[in-house]
Amino acid sequence: MEMPKPDPGILARKPRLVSRLRAALPEDAVIHEEAETRAYECDALTAYKCPPLVVVLPSSTEEVSEVLRICHQEGVPVVPRGAGTSLAGGALPTADSVILGVARMNEVLETDYANRFIRVQTGRTNLSVTGAVEEEDFFYAPDPSSQLACAIAGNIAMNSGGAHCLKYGVTTNNLLGVTMVLMDGTVVEIGGAHLDAGGLDLLGLICGSEGQLGVVTEATLRILRKPEGARPVLIAFDSNEVAGQCVSDIIKAGVLPVAIEFMDRLCIEACENFAHAGYPLSEALLIVEVEGSEAEIDYQLGKIVEIARRHDPVELRESQSAEESARIWLGRKSAFGAMGQINDYMCLDGTIPVSSLPEVLRRIGELSEEYGLGVGNVFHAGDGNMHPLILFDANTPGDLEKCEAMGAEILKLCVDAGGCLTGEHGVGIEKRDLMSHQYGPDDLEAQMAVKDVFDPGWLLNPAKVFPLGVSESRRGARMAAE
Amino acid sequence: MRPESEEELVGIVAGLEASVRVLGGGTRGVPGPERVLETGGLSGITLYEPGALTLVARAGTPLSEIEAALEAEGQRLAFEPMDHRGLMGTNGAPTIGGVVAANISGPRRIAVGSCRDFLLGVRLVDGTGRVIRNGGRVMKNVTGYDLVKLMAGSWGTLGVLTEVALKVLPAPEARATVVVEGLETGRAVEAMSAALGSPFEVTGAAHLPGEGRTLVRVEGFGASVEYRVARLQEVLAGHGAVSVEEGDAIWSAVRDVAPFHGRVGDVWRVSVKPSDAAGLVARMEAESLVLDWGGGLIWALVGEGVDLRARLGDFAGHATRVRGGPGVARFQPEAAPLAAISAGLRARFDPRGVFNPGLMG
Repeated sequence: MEMPKPDPGILARKPRLVSRLRAALPEDAVIHEEAETRAYECDALTAYKCPPLVVVLPSSTEEVSEVLRICHQEGVPVVPRGAGTSLAGGALPTADSVILGVARMNEVLETDYANRFIRVQTGRTNLSVTGAVEEEDFFYAPDPSSQLACAIAGNIAMNSGGAHCLKYGVTTNNLLGVTMVLMDGTVVEIGGAHLDAGGLDLLGLICGSEGQLGVVTEATLRILRKPEGARPVLIAFDSNEVAGQCVSDIIKAGVLPVAIEFMDRLCIEACENFAHAGYPLSEALLIVEVEGSEAEIDYQLGKIVEIARRHDPVELRESQSAEESARIWLGRKSAFGAMGQINDYMCLDGTIPVSSLPEVLRRIGELSEEYGLGVGNVFHAGDGNMHPLILFDANTPGDLEKCEAMGAEILKLCVDAGGCLTGEHGVGIEKRDLMSHQYGPDDLEAQMAVKDVFDPGWLLNPAKVFPLGVSESRRGARMAAE
Repeated sequence: MRPESEEELVGIVAGLEASVRVLGGGTRGVPGPERVLETGGLSGITLYEPGALTLVARAGTPLSEIEAALEAEGQRLAFEPMDHRGLMGTNGAPTIGGVVAANISGPRRIAVGSCRDFLLGVRLVDGTGRVIRNGGRVMKNVTGYDLVKLMAGSWGTLGVLTEVALKVLPAPEARATVVVEGLETGRAVEAMSAALGSPFEVTGAAHLPGEGRTLVRVEGFGASVEYRVARLQEVLAGHGAVSVEEGDAIWSAVRDVAPFHGRVGDVWRVSVKPSDAAGLVARMEAESLVLDWGGGLIWALVGEGVDLRARLGDFAGHATRVRGGPGVARFQPEAAPLAAISAGLRARFDPRGVFNPGLMG
């Protein structure tokens, strides 16, 4: 993945920039020694690294505003960073950029059960938002696999999803309002504790804009009362096609589970070795979870089991206890870790129409043979959000490039099947150059025009989302203006 | 002007020399230029996959056609789009493009989200005659910026929708409403909050002050509805006299603000934090009121020409004047930096200002 060459003029201005930032922030909030900036050289896409020029760790919206005002005046690119868990390189710096990390801003500002919302600073981790309200039996619904570590700021930037979004939606469906700082330091309030935008839906536009439109410092999030209970059922099949058909039939029957997770043989074996969840070793495994009272759960699972039996499952097992349910989910949630024990991997998240699942899985199998790289599939099946994990060896020269080439083919396959490049991880740098496969020039131009409005100088996270060649004239205009 | 295809629309837009009012079914009473650009010629469902919960239709497709297709498969548009005809005194057939452009939802918005939350993809022709696609037809999609959300509720000011893709949901087997009698607004909001804060999956919470009735709806499988109704009666027992109604008729009345039909006056729609509702209602001096969304949505009928925003003063939320003559801004004025962003977006998508000029600011 190519990144733009650093601007030598900016590199030369580092001392002035550092002294201005240090004058504006507490001493320990500005990091500029190379030994220390190295900790921010990458996110969870670890194949790409570059230490930033400076790292700032503000503690308030006012400090964020100050930082952005200074960087705007100095013409320095800013890369916002939540917890650095992006799988797409969303927080990858360039050598001439300032990393603006919100990790120190992790306070709960307001909790309101009567109106069912919480307002937090965005450096707060996803899981600790639920942690702040679970004493009252409430929760924050979006649950990305990295929820222990990932920050709300990054969730908003990438519009993160999770396993349970079939019922509860993704971040954008659970975000009510934000405090956001524009690149020139202006602080804006969008939305609030009330529902729906008054004017244009700027909140919807910001969510998923990958930190390119502004830095979100505070968020008002919808919280929900926890269901009385939840229970999963495991259904194993001897073919992917049949498992896919079963998913479609469950949905058509009018049952709406909170989650339908799909794993193929390679993933099942890896997870079983890792988490010992008692998964049957078959070609395809579904974990279907429903919620409600005991009687409601029994009724829904009864319907699901009835549908599944029509497809001759090789095994069908309802969880009998809370411990068993937890173990079933532990297996699924540790899929990435389990695969990581086998080898290095690259995780994609292309999304496809559920109906094309068998065909896409078959083609992925063929590509795996062609490239000689193993692929495990774990999948939010209810909403078509795939997660092919391509195994490779980072120490074998050429393996990463081969893996990337194969990943690109899989993602193009998803788009050609009527789907998209990314369902929840974001474009970042990883899928940037594939955007032209999904969108035409006018489609991309319309998106870039939005950035022109929010950030005319293209200083915020500039080398992401759009193919470098496509965004070059806009980024170049900034360089030329200096 | 009534193009029969997207290509024809492109040609029309490119050749526009004066501004137009973009019109679907014309049922929502949107003011604007006399010259009208109708979308009704762009009609028809282009894809419906019940097993994938997705439907794609051209923007001018009548809503009734979509609802009929969904009903045949036991599915529905879960955001429950309001029918404005009774309130606005309009005729015509609402289109799916109009529903999307105005981000129209109903009582179930409180549980499942609004129209924009179900919108998966759009095709549109912008003010320069470019065809723009965004989103797609899959339920999770973070590929590039979410112009899909931006288009929902843009009231035709950024472009003319030609095709929309929507997530649909199964229709429930049963439904019932728990009714609490005799609550004044503040107490009604408290009762609705208690219900919405329960684990019993309430899909509607409304208060009709005129009738002194507070309504709490549940939907789902028969046995589940029965169970949840019983539990909600316990939750609400301390709030007032509780009874149960079967069926759904009362919810169309809430959705379409039936208590205002045929009455003279201006109609306002105010979105607020539910616990602020009682205080704001007291300042409205309204002739009639309907509260939906657990108190978060206030419909107010006031005298002609009344500026409700002036009566409300500074408040957290926004007020839209849905019905009334000129002189008062239809949409809540935005804070200066947001107004600048909105104007900037309109200038990019419709640089000549040909679509519904001045409607949103």
